[in-house]
Amino acid sequence: MSTYQEFIQQNEDRDGVRFSWNLWPSSRLEATRLVVPVSCLFTPLKERPDLPPVQYEPVLCSRANCKAVLNPLCQVDFRAKIWACNFCFQRNPFPPSYAGISEANQPAELMPQFSTIEYIVQRGTPAPLIFLYVVDTCLEEEDLQALKESLQMSLSLLPPNALVGLITFGRMVQVHELSCEGIAKSYVFRGTKDLSAKQIQEMLGLSKPMASGQQAFCRYDHVPHVHPALENDPLFLQPVHRVDMNLTDLLGELQRDPWPVPQGKRPLRSTGVALSVAVGLLEGTFPNTGARVMLFIGGPPTQGPGMVVGDELKTPIRSWHDIQKDNARHLKKATKYYEALANRSAVNGHSIDIYACALDQTGLLEMKCLSNLTGGHIVMGDSFNTSLFKQTFQRVFSKDYNGDFRMAFGGVLEVKTSRELKVCGAIGPCVSLNAKGSSVSENEMGVGGTSQWKVCSLNPSTTLGLYFEVVNQHNAPVPQGGRGAVQFVTQYQHSNTQRRIRVTTIARNWADAQSQIQHIESSFDQEAAAVLMARLGVFRAESEEGPDVLRWLDRQLIRLCQKFGQFNKDDPTSFKLSESLSLYPQFMFHMRRSPFLQVFNNSPDESSYYRHHFVRQDLTQSLIMIQPILYSYSFYGPPEPVLLDSSSILPDRILLMDTFFQLVIFHGETIAQWRKAGYQEMAEYENFKQLLQAPLDDAQEILQTRFPMPRYVDTEHGGSQARFLLSKVNPSQTHNNLYAWGQETGAPILTDDVSLQVFMDHLKKLAVSSSA
Amino acid sequence: MSVCETEGLVKHRPLGSSTRTADTLTLLSYPGFRDELKMNVNQHTPLAAPYGQPQPGYVQPGYAPLDGGYPTSYMPYHGPAPAYQHGAPQQGPARGPPSSAPPPVATGQPYNQYNQSQGDMQNGPPPMTQEPPRPAASQPYNSGAATLPGHQPSYPQHYGHPSTMQQVTNQMTGMQINSGPPTAAGPGYAPPYSSQPPVSSAYSAAPPPSYTQAPPPAVSSGSVQMAPPSVPPASQQQYYGGPPPQAFNPSLPPTTSQQQFTSAPPTSCQQPLPPSSYSSPMPPPSQAPPPLVSQPQQPFPPPQPAYSSAPPPPDSQAAFTSGPPPGAQVSFPPRAPPPSSLAGSFPPPGPPPSSAPSSQYPGSISPHQRPLPSHPSPYHSGPPPPRAQMPPTSMAQSNHLPPGPQGQQQPPLQPGMSAGYPAQQNGAFGQVRGPQPGYAGPYPGQPNYGAPAPAAPAQKRLDPDAIPSPQSSDMPAVQKSRHRIDPDAIPSPIQVIEDDKAKVNEPFTTGVRGQAPPLVTTSFQVKDQGNASPRFVRCTAYNMPCTSDMAKQSQVPLAAVIKPLATLPPDEAPPYLVDHGESGPIRCNRCKAYMCPYMQFIEGGRRFQCAFCSCVTEVPPHYFQHLDHTGKRVDCYERPELSLGSYEFLATVDYCKNNKLPQPPAFIFLIDVSYNAVKSGLVSIVCQELKILLDNLPRENPEADSVVRVGFVTYNKVLHFYNVKASLAQPQMLVVSDVADMFVPLLDGFLVNVAESRLVIESLLDQIPEMFADTRETETVFGPVIQAGLEALKAADCAGKLFVFHTSLPIAEAPGKLKNREDKKLVGTDKEKSLFQPQVSFYNTLAKECVAQGCCVDLFLFPNQYVDIATLGVVPVSTGGSVYKYTYFQAQSDQERFLNDLRRDVQKPVGFDAVMRVRTSTGIRATDFYGSFFMSNTTDVELAGLDCDKAVTVEFKHDDKLSEETGALMQCAVLYTTCSGQRRLRVHNMAVNCCSQLADLYRNCETDTIINFLSKYALRGILNNHTKAVRDTLINQCAQILACYRKNCASPSSAGQLILPECMKLLPVYLNCVLKSDVLLPGADISLDDRAYLRQLISCMDVSDTHVFFYPRLLPLMKLEGDSLPVAVRASEERLSKGGVYLMETGLHLFLWVGASVQQELLLNIFGTPSFSQIDSAMTNLPVLDNPFSKRLRELIDSFRAQRSRYMKLMVVKQEDRAELVFKHFLVEDKSSSGGASYVDFLCHMHKEIRQLLS
Repeated sequence: MSTYQEFIQQNEDRDGVRFSWNLWPSSRLEATRLVVPVSCLFTPLKERPDLPPVQYEPVLCSRANCKAVLNPLCQVDFRAKIWACNFCFQRNPFPPSYAGISEANQPAELMPQFSTIEYIVQRGTPAPLIFLYVVDTCLEEEDLQALKESLQMSLSLLPPNALVGLITFGRMVQVHELSCEGIAKSYVFRGTKDLSAKQIQEMLGLSKPMASGQQAFCRYDHVPHVHPALENDPLFLQPVHRVDMNLTDLLGELQRDPWPVPQGKRPLRSTGVALSVAVGLLEGTFPNTGARVMLFIGGPPTQGPGMVVGDELKTPIRSWHDIQKDNARHLKKATKYYEALANRSAVNGHSIDIYACALDQTGLLEMKCLSNLTGGHIVMGDSFNTSLFKQTFQRVFSKDYNGDFRMAFGGVLEVKTSRELKVCGAIGPCVSLNAKGSSVSENEMGVGGTSQWKVCSLNPSTTLGLYFEVVNQHNAPVPQGGRGAVQFVTQYQHSNTQRRIRVTTIARNWADAQSQIQHIESSFDQEAAAVLMARLGVFRAESEEGPDVLRWLDRQLIRLCQKFGQFNKDDPTSFKLSESLSLYPQFMFHMRRSPFLQVFNNSPDESSYYRHHFVRQDLTQSLIMIQPILYSYSFYGPPEPVLLDSSSILPDRILLMDTFFQLVIFHGETIAQWRKAGYQEMAEYENFKQLLQAPLDDAQEILQTRFPMPRYVDTEHGGSQARFLLSKVNPSQTHNNLYAWGQETGAPILTDDVSLQVFMDHLKKLAVSSSA
Repeated sequence: MSVCETEGLVKHRPLGSSTRTADTLTLLSYPGFRDELKMNVNQHTPLAAPYGQPQPGYVQPGYAPLDGGYPTSYMPYHGPAPAYQHGAPQQGPARGPPSSAPPPVATGQPYNQYNQSQGDMQNGPPPMTQEPPRPAASQPYNSGAATLPGHQPSYPQHYGHPSTMQQVTNQMTGMQINSGPPTAAGPGYAPPYSSQPPVSSAYSAAPPPSYTQAPPPAVSSGSVQMAPPSVPPASQQQYYGGPPPQAFNPSLPPTTSQQQFTSAPPTSCQQPLPPSSYSSPMPPPSQAPPPLVSQPQQPFPPPQPAYSSAPPPPDSQAAFTSGPPPGAQVSFPPRAPPPSSLAGSFPPPGPPPSSAPSSQYPGSISPHQRPLPSHPSPYHSGPPPPRAQMPPTSMAQSNHLPPGPQGQQQPPLQPGMSAGYPAQQNGAFGQVRGPQPGYAGPYPGQPNYGAPAPAAPAQKRLDPDAIPSPQSSDMPAVQKSRHRIDPDAIPSPIQVIEDDKAKVNEPFTTGVRGQAPPLVTTSFQVKDQGNASPRFVRCTAYNMPCTSDMAKQSQVPLAAVIKPLATLPPDEAPPYLVDHGESGPIRCNRCKAYMCPYMQFIEGGRRFQCAFCSCVTEVPPHYFQHLDHTGKRVDCYERPELSLGSYEFLATVDYCKNNKLPQPPAFIFLIDVSYNAVKSGLVSIVCQELKILLDNLPRENPEADSVVRVGFVTYNKVLHFYNVKASLAQPQMLVVSDVADMFVPLLDGFLVNVAESRLVIESLLDQIPEMFADTRETETVFGPVIQAGLEALKAADCAGKLFVFHTSLPIAEAPGKLKNREDKKLVGTDKEKSLFQPQVSFYNTLAKECVAQGCCVDLFLFPNQYVDIATLGVVPVSTGGSVYKYTYFQAQSDQERFLNDLRRDVQKPVGFDAVMRVRTSTGIRATDFYGSFFMSNTTDVELAGLDCDKAVTVEFKHDDKLSEETGALMQCAVLYTTCSGQRRLRVHNMAVNCCSQLADLYRNCETDTIINFLSKYALRGILNNHTKAVRDTLINQCAQILACYRKNCASPSSAGQLILPECMKLLPVYLNCVLKSDVLLPGADISLDDRAYLRQLISCMDVSDTHVFFYPRLLPLMKLEGDSLPVAVRASEERLSKGGVYLMETGLHLFLWVGASVQQELLLNIFGTPSFSQIDSAMTNLPVLDNPFSKRLRELIDSFRAQRSRYMKLMVVKQEDRAELVFKHFLVEDKSSSGGASYVDFLCHMHKEIRQLLS
């Protein structure tokens, strides 16, 4: 463990955990003074090709309110066959199957390298995966066609035993019965009527909801020989292998919503009811079984419950301006409606994806909770007929090295802490399970008040921010060398239908903040901290006014600088930050400008979309989102990362910017002219051709792995699309600072935003101010 | 009309006009009755008869020419005479002479002429001046009579006359009988007899006198008016009334009556033949009356002698044949394998003719009587003569046959009857009776009739017993019957119908205001000359009282039955379409009446004055036209709206909903697929049939494809819509389970064009039965089903029709859910009425919405138990739809009926989203409407759908005084959307006369229409009143109508005399049918659903529907030849012959009744089996056999079915089979098992009521 950098990296690789502080202040008071809370980014299903799951079940602490899992940090008495829980210090006997245990013969979970270990639970019947397509038919013909093709394609990606269902909606909502023969049959619901789950189930003929997913599954899988016609229940969810052809035809015959749309009106779109039906259907048939509701929409809900905007085109959909003026009449009602749905869905372990493709807003602001609370995806695009959507959608079904989907269902994350620590909350695609316990702090950050969260859908990059509170009192010091421990227990349904439990146990040393502040400072993980603080900011932004959040963020930054900066009072020029904090202010600067907190220039939908992704991506991606990375390509050397600054925009450079959501290739003025002149076509300018090609290749690489697919922009100096770049770079040169105007050192940005320089100046000033 | 060859004819016409006078029936002391009722039928017939006879004289000449002197024709004449004969016998003698060939010849043609000028003829010649009125009266009678022979045009006439005679006679007889038995009768009779002889002489000599006399009666009857001037009428009255009265009043009156009668007969006899032939109707009547009288006597052979003596025999035979035919047929069959035997016998008899006369005579009389008792042989003997005659009259062969038999019978009677005279009278009557007796013969009832009739005469002339004896010989019952009224003596619907038929032989022109059209049972052509055709509009009265006081006094309902979209026969042009351009139809500024022939153009044509409200309106420049010297527009005859009674306007956008031209309508088929429906085979049948039907959707242009779009829904507890868009490879099913809040899941693809989506639709229809083959769902919804259709139409923004195929009470949880509330215990209680009301208000609201959208609902029900039609029917009834019910539907036996109904229902012309408004001239106002529709205010009748079978009955009330000059005008305008989506206005104009004399009112009424109104009125009444109260109301009203007539119009006579207006003489019998209909008087086996069903059904029936519904048509089938129909017989068991086969039609049912001793040949011809016991009574269609009889019978059945809006399933009823009970239920002249009175009883009761009112 040479440096913290390496330590952090190692920990992340092994456990998927990044803590803001890797030494923990040993008292509550000290912890508070550190400004950035003890917190971590945890990626529960971090891909670990080197970690084969074990085929048995975890050994639990026998204390009823502890139930911690046996882990490498536990003290083991091999002779007595007893282990001591490192959280509650309960001494537990090993189960009989561990009789052969000895120091030389240790089970995997006791080995240090298995601080993260995955168990396969053999109990119960595996449940099938369920995919329920909820498709908007109020689309342009072209869009619908593209969507149909994508859906048909997706069938081939599903495992044969997965159950699929189809709901289409427009003015009405149709639940299609998937049988192999006879004429296509569907149940129709009126798009304007809010129906209770019970009503929906009655109307669908699901009079007797299955007691459990298992039972339901039995019906479908263990009795495959029963002819469907003999089953009285409608066949809304069927194994792919059985209805493959049928469903393909059905999708092929999907018509646009047949109801005429009068001039000046929006098509009537009953998204709210459609979702309600979808949720009700799954609730009635497969509660507590992993399922994805995949909602495809081409516009905002315009009628019924959950309506976001009326069907009059003359009434535009709400903007931030409207919202601030409290002018969005449907906002609250719709949000409430979708939240209720999301919660119901979450309770049953079903996740909801939203694939929204339209040029205008589609109501993601109101609907975001559907995905945010259930772990579903949100994908936003301009049209279903774009590669952005097509490839993104395809990537939903991407597979890992084992050929399993990179998705998991019905996850329950439990956090156990040692006594000095309590958990305040989590920020991520989860809902609280309201599990009170000794390790739950009263101080809530994010989704708090619980030690368990439900994450209905997980993928290997799903990352939660978890916030802790040190509760150890200042006057009860932790013994020297003591370590605090946190155990993450994640139960989930693997995409191969197994139930699994992944246990990650980590420990950090306690440090006395007064005597070891240097150590603590150097254990600061500024990247993780930036993301974690940003998540807190975003979380707040959901419920608070934008400026308040910014102010809060600024204050935290100032306080941090005051705490760790080296300066002379009231002398801004003397201000210095140590290496471990040096990038942090810059992150915050970009964070302040990011679409996560700034709504200017973004529609409410876009903001929701960006925030949605921000609170679930892992650290690397999150950082990219905060501070996009910029590569410069030139004849002068290999591609190099350059400052995200207007000064990097040079005529003889090609820039590649990755903001996570967009991938921008920007050709400098000269390059653009050359390209226009067609030099790349000439043999003697082969190198130019290569230069042009290089960023494309790199971009391609990013596109390959990114989910969702970023918007790919190929532009040049003066191009309209260049705004994507110009809006991100630090406006070090603007029309306001004349000295740079017209100089060759970069491109001025026409903005009133402050530049990083100004920001830092102010920060220093405030940090050193004695009055602050 | 030019026919009138003789003045007589012409004169007759006038009579004809007046023919619609009243019949008076005198019920002489009526044993059964405590009171003595003298029923003198002052029927024109009597009058007519005399006239006729005299006419004959006249006629003969005329006829002769006409006939071209066919001897045979004479025969026919005779035939007719016989008909009279009832009077015929009498006439017969008289005719006998005339019978000389000429008459017959005349008959054929005469008929035509006859019809045209019958009245004239009859009246004309004899009465000339006097009789005119009578003729009228007689005509009706005649017509009635004619009906018997009626099938055969020419004969009919003759017969008609006879028949009329018969009727009259019947009435007379009845009356007499009643009264007869008592002392009065005796006297009366006696006189008659005595008189008769004289009469006869008088007749011959004094035919005129008789006429003159006759007229009077006519007057009394109502014809009086017509006749008044003419003395004859009076005489007639005397005749009719006279005789009876005479009967009452001792000798003199009787004598007079007799004389008259006799005279009449004689005259008829002498001239008779000719007359008969020619105005057979008329003459017969005249004769008839006597006959009537005689009829009672019929039993008395005596008359026969007289007859016999008179050449008449032949005539009489003919007459008999004609008259009897109907009855005879019945009776005959039973006796002798009638057909063959008859035929055979007849021919042979032919020779007998000579003897025939006498025999005929008796025959005529006896036939009736004897037929029963009498043996074939006599028949044969009898027949022969008739035949001889008959043959000539090819027409009346059947009739002839019967007559023959009668003749045969008669002979016996004759023997019995010593008094020839009486015979005459009796004969006349007797004939009528005769036939009846004949019928009766077989059945006890008949004897009764016969007996009574005879009795009456007997009383008068001889001993009642004596008369009866002859009959009695036939039937023991006869004696018993004495106490009763002879059914043959009371007005016979058949007679009236036949008489009317006989009258018509040229198109009915509507130009004359206040002219009553022919009866609905008569087929005639209409020429629109400014008033709407009777096919569109029929009125209860064509002469409305001027003041409300008069109206109140008479109690005659003033109503019109309007069938706006009635289908016209192919030879009549449909209403012309008028386009007044963009500004729309020209209308009165104030009352908004549409341009019509009544509008008066003034100021050189620049303005017109509204005939309805008198407001003056500018003529728009583009419509201006100069006036000619008479003040008519020059283009009057080029413009339908100025010259016709019915026409259509092209409506402009202003007449459309939302000011938008309408979309083509849509048909939506909603099929119940619950367990019951699937199991009964209904689902597959419907689906199969729809495939074919879709090619036959209604269209205006037969060349083009229909623009009607179609949609399909199936349902049980939930609804399944189908997407059958042409672009789909397979139909798609859309299930809507949200029945609480119905909606349409799709629009595009739900309603499709058949041609485009044919493949998909066929695939769907193929698959529906399979899909639900295993269903276990038994519950259904209903309200949401209609809502679904409604919503679909709303969504498509068009009008349309829903076809709902439903099986069970909708008990599934949904709006409009119903409970089983059938509780037989409530029947007859105050709560009964609630069972006719919908049990929930949901459907009323729904109906309102449907109407607003133009959504018409046709409901096909296939219940196995109570389905609460009172509730389910609310929407169909309010939207102008129809309800069809197939209880215990079974694919095999009911499929045909259902499919035919469905086909017709789908294909028939229909208008949508209609609004009907009836405007009237000042003085009257349309106050109430009856039918299948919805009204949101008091004037606009809203019909979501209006098809060619729907009629609306409109009641008018005075709100001011009417003027005789201008009459009363009404204009019915129906705004509707055609099946091709064109918005149109159909306008029917009707003008009727106004009168300040009640007699005029009574002379221009139409009983069938009155019955239509009364039945609808009553059926609405039971919603709010106790059924019994409703019945009492009807009886009271009827009694008041008749009492008013008696008091104000009839000549003074004994209170014991029942005098009926000529036009309303069937009112009692028809009303009785209404009273004992299942709705008003339910039997134990009638379910509430049945009653509710009938109630709703009747509410939109037109006049011909109600007519046949209340008084079923019963045809004897022993002889089927040529194109003519056999003459119907009265709906009474007594008319059925054991050896016969009868076809009964009620408009809803078709029965083939097979007598237990039916001839084998007949069985072979019809069923292809020689044995009665081998007939499969479950068959619904006759086997297709290759013999003329079978062919003809099947044609007949097909033609019957084609006439009705609903397919009638054929039920084969074997005598004494269990199923016979059902059949007997429709023998409406008999006592019904549910307690309904027999005709005779009811008439007596009515008489009593009237007497009470008068006192």
